[in-house]
Amino acid sequence: MSATPAIAPAPVETDRPDAEDVVRPDVPWLVIVWNDPINLMSYVTFVFQKLFGYSHQKATKLMLDVHHKGKAVVSSGSREKAEFDTSRLHAHGLWATMQRGT
Amino acid sequence: MRASQPRIRRTRKGEFELRLPAVEREVLRGLPGELRELLPTDDPALERIFPPAHPDDARLDAEYRELVHGDLLAGRLSAVEVMEATVDATRVNEEQLVAWLSAVNDLRLILGSRLGVTEETQYEEIADDDPRSQASALYHYLGWLEEQIVEALAEGLDPTALT
Repeated sequence: MSATPAIAPAPVETDRPDAEDVVRPDVPWLVIVWNDPINLMSYVTFVFQKLFGYSHQKATKLMLDVHHKGKAVVSSGSREKAEFDTSRLHAHGLWATMQRGT
Repeated sequence: MRASQPRIRRTRKGEFELRLPAVEREVLRGLPGELRELLPTDDPALERIFPPAHPDDARLDAEYRELVHGDLLAGRLSAVEVMEATVDATRVNEEQLVAWLSAVNDLRLILGSRLGVTEETQYEEIADDDPRSQASALYHYLGWLEEQIVEALAEGLDPTALT
């Protein structure tokens, strides 16, 4: 992982359209939760249930995927939806990133 | 009293009883203030609670931070305030316990990050004369407390969720 620029320079060309959005408007964004050694397994399951309304069974399966495979896709959709879900996961202390699906 | 008796229990009225002994209250009392002081700083341990959404794209990540960082910080500070105001309460409502969960989880993430916790070392014993022993003891206590908060709150989740 690259270091996070805490204070990144503001983009110069703010009115430039996002090239990716123009070229591939139909490809959804994926929200990925990565394994971390600190968050409790019960807590991660609880957060998936609370934020996404998943059953205990589905939330547990996702949590175990994160734990054993290192990551899991927990939601997908438009860039706005992915940003919203990522920020809710960040508010709960989960290590989430978003990327364009393939 | 059985050793396994829960510290936190949902009451029939949907509130939560906090059965925390004085020594634990004493430990908890100073924590919200410490977290409030730390949150607006650029302490490296905070990277763990404000992680990048786009680790490989500085421009997108700057946009994301611009969009959400203020709200994320405000939400955390508000949870800290609620925990501080109810740290001696014997009964809290669900919203207040959710605030405790937020503050306790943030504290664990910061402590765990500073202790350099990894999958391999998370259950490692740290000797009493190790300079990390106090932080480690607090980290493990908060994990134990958080398990009980989660268990009490999870009882209230919608059991009819089908997906």
